[in-house]
Amino acid sequence: MTLPLIIYRSLRQHALSTVVTAGSIALACGLMLCVWMVKTQSQTAFTQTTTGFDAVLGARGSKLQLVLNAIFHLEASPGNLAWADYEMVKRHPAVKAAIPLAVGDNLRGYRIAGTLPELFEKVEYAPGKKFAVAAGGKFFGAAPDAREAVIGAFAAQKLGLKVGDTFKPFHGLAFDEKNQHEEVFTIVGVLLPTNTPIDRVVWIPLKGVQTMSGHDAKAATDISAVLIQLRTPSAGFMLDMMYNKQGNRLTLAYPVGAIIAELFGKIAWFDQVLTLVAYLVALVAAGSVLASIYNSMSARRRDLAILRALGARRRTIFGAVVAEAACIGALGAAAGLAVYYGLFAGVAGVIRAQTGVVLDLGARHPVLWICPLGMVALCAIGGVVPAIKAYRTPVAETLAPTS
Amino acid sequence: MLAVTQLQKSFVSPEGTRVEIVKVESFALAVGAQLALRGESGSGKTTFLHLIAGILAADGGQVVIDGAEMTALGEAGRDRLRAEKIGYIFQTFNLLQGYTVLENVVLGMSFGPRGADRKHAKEMLERVGLGHRLDHFPAQLSTGQQQRVAVARALANRPKLVLADEPTGNLDHKHSREALALIREVCRENGAALLLVSHDEEVLRQFELRRDFADINGALKEAGK
Repeated sequence: MTLPLIIYRSLRQHALSTVVTAGSIALACGLMLCVWMVKTQSQTAFTQTTTGFDAVLGARGSKLQLVLNAIFHLEASPGNLAWADYEMVKRHPAVKAAIPLAVGDNLRGYRIAGTLPELFEKVEYAPGKKFAVAAGGKFFGAAPDAREAVIGAFAAQKLGLKVGDTFKPFHGLAFDEKNQHEEVFTIVGVLLPTNTPIDRVVWIPLKGVQTMSGHDAKAATDISAVLIQLRTPSAGFMLDMMYNKQGNRLTLAYPVGAIIAELFGKIAWFDQVLTLVAYLVALVAAGSVLASIYNSMSARRRDLAILRALGARRRTIFGAVVAEAACIGALGAAAGLAVYYGLFAGVAGVIRAQTGVVLDLGARHPVLWICPLGMVALCAIGGVVPAIKAYRTPVAETLAPTS
Repeated sequence: MLAVTQLQKSFVSPEGTRVEIVKVESFALAVGAQLALRGESGSGKTTFLHLIAGILAADGGQVVIDGAEMTALGEAGRDRLRAEKIGYIFQTFNLLQGYTVLENVVLGMSFGPRGADRKHAKEMLERVGLGHRLDHFPAQLSTGQQQRVAVARALANRPKLVLADEPTGNLDHKHSREALALIREVCRENGAALLLVSHDEEVLRQFELRRDFADINGALKEAGK
């Protein structure tokens, strides 16, 4: 019980510096964990978010823009493609399913997308998971002129809309209250959460977008993109050859996950900067342990000398100081986990609100124990310098007075 | 119990010259004996006790305690021997201010061979009349009570040798007499030898065995010449 007692009493005696130092470690640990987990989880979540589709066909342009527009409902469409292009790709033997998508309007900032009922009826947005609406609702029907809408769970919650409510769309992808269309749509269903970008979208029949008042009548049959499910993975390379290499009018974005991974590759430097900052914060925190204990050594000299006079070995004193530093690190690391969960919940909330992609707060990753243990080890190392000072405390000189 | 031969210790003065502080040709203390050493401030008494306790390393000579040669040991060995055989009562008590009374005594025991024994520590504190103050901190005690804690801590490990350095120097006459009686009584109970240094004649008079430190410390004689 000797060592725990010495550590406990020392922590109590220097309670303020213990709390402040542990707090800085908690922030460092929480920040490191948050950076790491958001980075790895968002990379995984974004690259795995395909909403059930293997490829996207769109106007000639950037594949990334096409995927962001059609899958993540973030970017503007690179352009339109003709209905005939949709018909052609739909009939291709390698294509299992093709769903047209038309965008260009919003409902108070939430994107309105026109599509066919097949999206909800035939597509699995994740393996084994089909779309479903909350009780009392339904999907919009096949009638092309129906002014019906199905709203994603997140959009419904944020907009405060329910089955039976009506709305008038706003023109463009960005909300501008002056640009409101005349058409009135009625919500017939609220999608159950899919934890994908689909949750942020207000879905209406394809014709609804194409023939919306104020839209170009010449483009009344055009669409923004075609979401494609392939029969086999090799079919994607065949279509890639056909559209991207031999053709020069359309772009096929395939495979969807790899294109998003490319995006993460391009912003890898940003990850590295964040990680570097987190490492530096951790180093500063360990330094604060060193400074905190080192600065208190003058006040502890007498206690250490008394302990030595009572028979404590130098290595006991050395071990007590290092263990105390490790304890401060452990306290900080434990609090750091709480900081991490708080930060992560906030960041995940922002990411969900902005993209519809859901990060899992309960996800397990080795970094969740490696980082806290690393912080404890780093703090113990930070305790070595004051421990050496403690180790060298001259007993006789410190135990004045002499006679 | 204690045998000191040709013990030497010197320090380098701020002027850079080497000053001999302790030079004891021969000194001994029998098992259970209680001896008072008379010495003025600055005479090297504390240095002598530190050398016996192994807190300071000697320049030369021998200190043998209960058959173990302190001066032949390295620092870790001296620490171990001190924890096993010696109880040290300091003039300023040297209690650990951040620890309770009980913890002070338990911690004093924990480095010795018997280890931390809370039950025995409590008994010792009851023996010195502080059974009701176990959870108090030193600052919450009177000076006399603090001295009694120091006595309990020094004797809790049942040391063979108790070194007391001006143990009553901070006490008034009444408390001084009481503390001294307590130290001697507990040493007798435990069969421990007691070597006490003091410059206080009243304290010294209470000992049957008394010696002048000046008579045994050759360094003082040479300085006098």
